[in-house]
Amino acid sequence: MLRTILTRSLLTAFLFFASFPAFAQGDLLDLLDSAVVTTPVTDYTEATFKTTRIITSRSIETPSKGEMQFIIAHRFGRVNGGWREFFGLDQANIRLELEYGITDWLSVGWGRSNVFKQWDGFARAKFLSQSTGLRKMPITAEFLASVAMNSGKWTNPSRENYISSRASYVFQLMVARKFSRKFSLQVMSTMVHKNLVATNEDKNDHFMVGAGGRFLLTGSFGLTAEYHYLIPGRLVSAIDAPITDHAFSLGFDLETGGHVFQIMATNNLGMSEHQYFTSATSGKLTKGDIHIGFNVNRVFTLANYDKIKQRKDAKRLKKEGGIK
Amino acid sequence: MKITILMLALVVSSYTAFAQKYFTKTASVQFFSATPMENIDAKSGQTTSIIDFATGDIVFKIRIKTFQFEKALMQEHFNEKYLESEKYPEATFKGKIDNYTAINLKKDGEYKVAVTGDLTIHGVTKKYSTVGVITVAGSKVSVQAKFPVKLADHDVKIPGAVKDNISETVDVSVNADYTEMVK
Repeated sequence: MLRTILTRSLLTAFLFFASFPAFAQGDLLDLLDSAVVTTPVTDYTEATFKTTRIITSRSIETPSKGEMQFIIAHRFGRVNGGWREFFGLDQANIRLELEYGITDWLSVGWGRSNVFKQWDGFARAKFLSQSTGLRKMPITAEFLASVAMNSGKWTNPSRENYISSRASYVFQLMVARKFSRKFSLQVMSTMVHKNLVATNEDKNDHFMVGAGGRFLLTGSFGLTAEYHYLIPGRLVSAIDAPITDHAFSLGFDLETGGHVFQIMATNNLGMSEHQYFTSATSGKLTKGDIHIGFNVNRVFTLANYDKIKQRKDAKRLKKEGGIK
Repeated sequence: MKITILMLALVVSSYTAFAQKYFTKTASVQFFSATPMENIDAKSGQTTSIIDFATGDIVFKIRIKTFQFEKALMQEHFNEKYLESEKYPEATFKGKIDNYTAINLKKDGEYKVAVTGDLTIHGVTKKYSTVGVITVAGSKVSVQAKFPVKLADHDVKIPGAVKDNISETVDVSVNADYTEMVK
């Protein structure tokens, strides 16, 4: 009798527990998470900034592999020119720029500014990329190197002028973080070396520290600002005089499909880093030396490496099939 | 003795019930948007899925960021502005094969199935019904299905500037090869 009761209760217990897996099967989605484990991946942070520039200084964004970015930038004259100058709009300064992504982290570019009739070439490399997941990295860091040549007429033709006097160099380290979907911040330190400077007191090397950021109001519209502080005592004829201010811009980004429009107010006429950071072209904010300007950024996909690879693979397969 | 046999039978039956689960980590999900302006085509080959043939349950899970586009900029906008993949990293489907009893895993062949379930994209869940084909070939099971998804149903907003470039309804197709789940 006791034995029967024992076995019966055992059986009941067994049945009870045996039914558990059936309950556990209830949510297959949970099982998917626990049983079907996919290999962890690194999620790289995308779109820290809308485009390759914060406003005038570069952002850590570079064109993706196989993409060409074309920038048409304009800065008008000073708004304090009044109605006779149509608040600066009578005078237009232009810069054209092409930048190509060799890989997602390396790009090269070429630019031309009408200010100082300057040509420039640059390369930049992202050596850290903000990411989460498998590989965690809180920041994106990038290094920029740029060379420019002034092609204008010599300001003082009577003295002996060297071709090297036309050159200037920029090296910049950028560190950025996308704090949230809306807010991104970038800090950067820049060195500009000019082979020829305006006066004897001016040094050839200039150093700046700067910060820039953007705040998105909607998915396609954001406010931007940037400021670059020029370390004093080295550009005596301009910033220490003082006839200029440190480079400063306020603007907004507007994105429409393949275009990003950036419209800004700035104290600075310079559109390349060779002009902008040293404030060689800037005025005094307090006097109302403000320029209105815009950048139009357009991206072209020149090469689709996935497609090219697919085509190559297909060709190879066909060839191998033919040999057989 | 009887009890022992009963227990054994139970163990065996629960085991076979478990063995009727099939899974994949590499299901392919593709969507296609066609407009006169441009065609947009994106694909992810890293969808996970399980089918339980004992109950007819079928689930899919996909990481939005795994979708690959032809143009990097499209992919960025897709993640950043439309699907907001940082906020809603995954899309899931949880459904049931209505006529799952008709599928005989021991017999090779194509079985037409009707599937009903909840699809969650962009944090918004909507009920879908679609038809698909389940193919049994030896120990392999594969699923093909195609259905339209209306972007507005999942609160995916397309700004006016690109309205002509992105179709209001995209065609989603699923191709998955399953293997038996051994545990």
